[in-house]
Amino acid sequence: MKASPAYRVFRVVALVVVVLSLVTPLLWMIAASFKTNVDIYDTGKALVFSPTLDNYATVLKQSHYVQFIGNSLWVAFAATVLSLLLGVPAAYSMSRFNMKKSALVVLMARVIPGVSLLVPWYYVFSNLQLVGGFTVLILSHMFVSLPLIVYIMMGFFDGLPEELEEAALVDGLTHIGAFRRITLPLSVPGIATAGILSFIFSWNNFMFALVLSGADTKTLPVAIFDFVGYASIDWGGLMAAATVVTLPIMVIALFVQKYVVSGLTAGATKG
Amino acid sequence: MATVTTPRRAPGGAGVMPDTPGWARWANDHRKWLFAAPAMAFVAALIVIPLGWTAWLSLTDAEGSVRAESEFVGFQNYLDVLSDTDRFWPAVGRTAGFTLVALLFEVVLGMAIALLLWRPFKGQKWVRVAILMPLVATPVAVGMMWRLIFDPNIGLANQVLGWVGIGPQPWLAGQHSALPTTIFIDVWQWTPMVVLILLAGLSSLSEEPQEAARIDGASTWQRFRHVTLPLLMPTVIVAILLRGIDALKTFDILYATKGRGGGSFHEVETLNVYAYGLSFDYNEYGVSSTVLILFFLIIIGSMWALTARRKEAKR
Repeated sequence: MKASPAYRVFRVVALVVVVLSLVTPLLWMIAASFKTNVDIYDTGKALVFSPTLDNYATVLKQSHYVQFIGNSLWVAFAATVLSLLLGVPAAYSMSRFNMKKSALVVLMARVIPGVSLLVPWYYVFSNLQLVGGFTVLILSHMFVSLPLIVYIMMGFFDGLPEELEEAALVDGLTHIGAFRRITLPLSVPGIATAGILSFIFSWNNFMFALVLSGADTKTLPVAIFDFVGYASIDWGGLMAAATVVTLPIMVIALFVQKYVVSGLTAGATKG
Repeated sequence: MATVTTPRRAPGGAGVMPDTPGWARWANDHRKWLFAAPAMAFVAALIVIPLGWTAWLSLTDAEGSVRAESEFVGFQNYLDVLSDTDRFWPAVGRTAGFTLVALLFEVVLGMAIALLLWRPFKGQKWVRVAILMPLVATPVAVGMMWRLIFDPNIGLANQVLGWVGIGPQPWLAGQHSALPTTIFIDVWQWTPMVVLILLAGLSSLSEEPQEAARIDGASTWQRFRHVTLPLLMPTVIVAILLRGIDALKTFDILYATKGRGGGSFHEVETLNVYAYGLSFDYNEYGVSSTVLILFFLIIIGSMWALTARRKEAKR
């Protein structure tokens, strides 16, 4: 049955409203990052202004932002790789041996408020003189990545037929050999999904770095606050900084849209 | 016994060749725990033990420095916190209000948008891209972005209101408008999450019940109310569950828009923001741990209630 013409018109209008309300604020932020502070304060120059790169010059040159970009990349990358190394085999075992209780313990990490772990971590890691270093940042971000990866990969392994591994066993492979040579290569899409999601969540994470990072190990979400002063805000610099954090992740998401969506909705429709 | 003429079945079951070295055979036999143990050890070391520690701290008067001596005070902190009508209960109220209102808007809007996107149409790809963008944007940056848009003097929001003849609003700067404004930001960023989950649910529904209802002459609304919605209910509850947990724990956008303590009048101070402030602004570790344990119980309780509902819905 075809939708009625009235509904089709309504749908187009509604979708345009949805898209505009989601995208306009982001475009506004990006536009402001190319304005001088004078233009930002001038409401008459909301749309027509002469673009400037000064804000980006401030962000990238004066504020050690290049270093902070590197920090964010390194922490997100290391946390993701380590979590994949721990999480993928664990998810495999939990899926194949139906380890419901163990899975529940790992998934509890998605529920626990991060602050309740920060005090003990802070205590232990400051006694070990590790607060402010990369080790503790990476470990804390793994708290976000690992449960996410286990959750996504368990769903993936549940959907991977066991018969393939059994066939490999008949052909003389060990269980571990079958996992390494059959299951893992077939799991590349799942691992990509889990890895991408874990990277995004770690890149966006704020609270752990707020407490555990030092002046040299600051990640981008913490570094944004450099542009918020007690008395005044450097709006141009702030919007440029916000764009530097957000734009790369949005561009990545654009290219790997399929994986991001399947990761975010993993397990939502199964029993 | 390296050379066996008749291959026997090794303890590892099928597939283990007789010439497999001993350690590999051992690994094969114990693969269940070998695979799971590293992750479990990590979780135990970084989550279970710290959580237990927090529970212990909640029974002490720990404050000041993490190295300072502390004394066991039993449930004194719990009595103090639960009778604190100044900060704790208002924070509970804000947390509940923030979560319930945000969830209500996110689920209703999310359902509407998901239904709009359900049937394929030209340009669907681009709508989906637009929906993904807020979702992957860094929450702190999103907070800063809205801070500019909602700025009472130079923000886009008041400009737009001006065009339609409404006077300027204080938005985030107002004592009573700050919390609703942060709810708006949360709805903007996370409604897309609900859309994606519900779309996944919708696309897994079979066509037959829809078709049958159509042949019986059910209207669009009747089909939604009596066919689609009941079938989709388990997915709706998953969406509420996933979003609800995160909404209860909202921190980034509140901190980015209002700073420490949820603003000068604590106008957006939720339990998470309150506990963070107690821990890292005031170093009241004992009391903050008490708040956190209570907060944790609230989260678990709401999850448990929802999961029970989901089982009902699936029946």
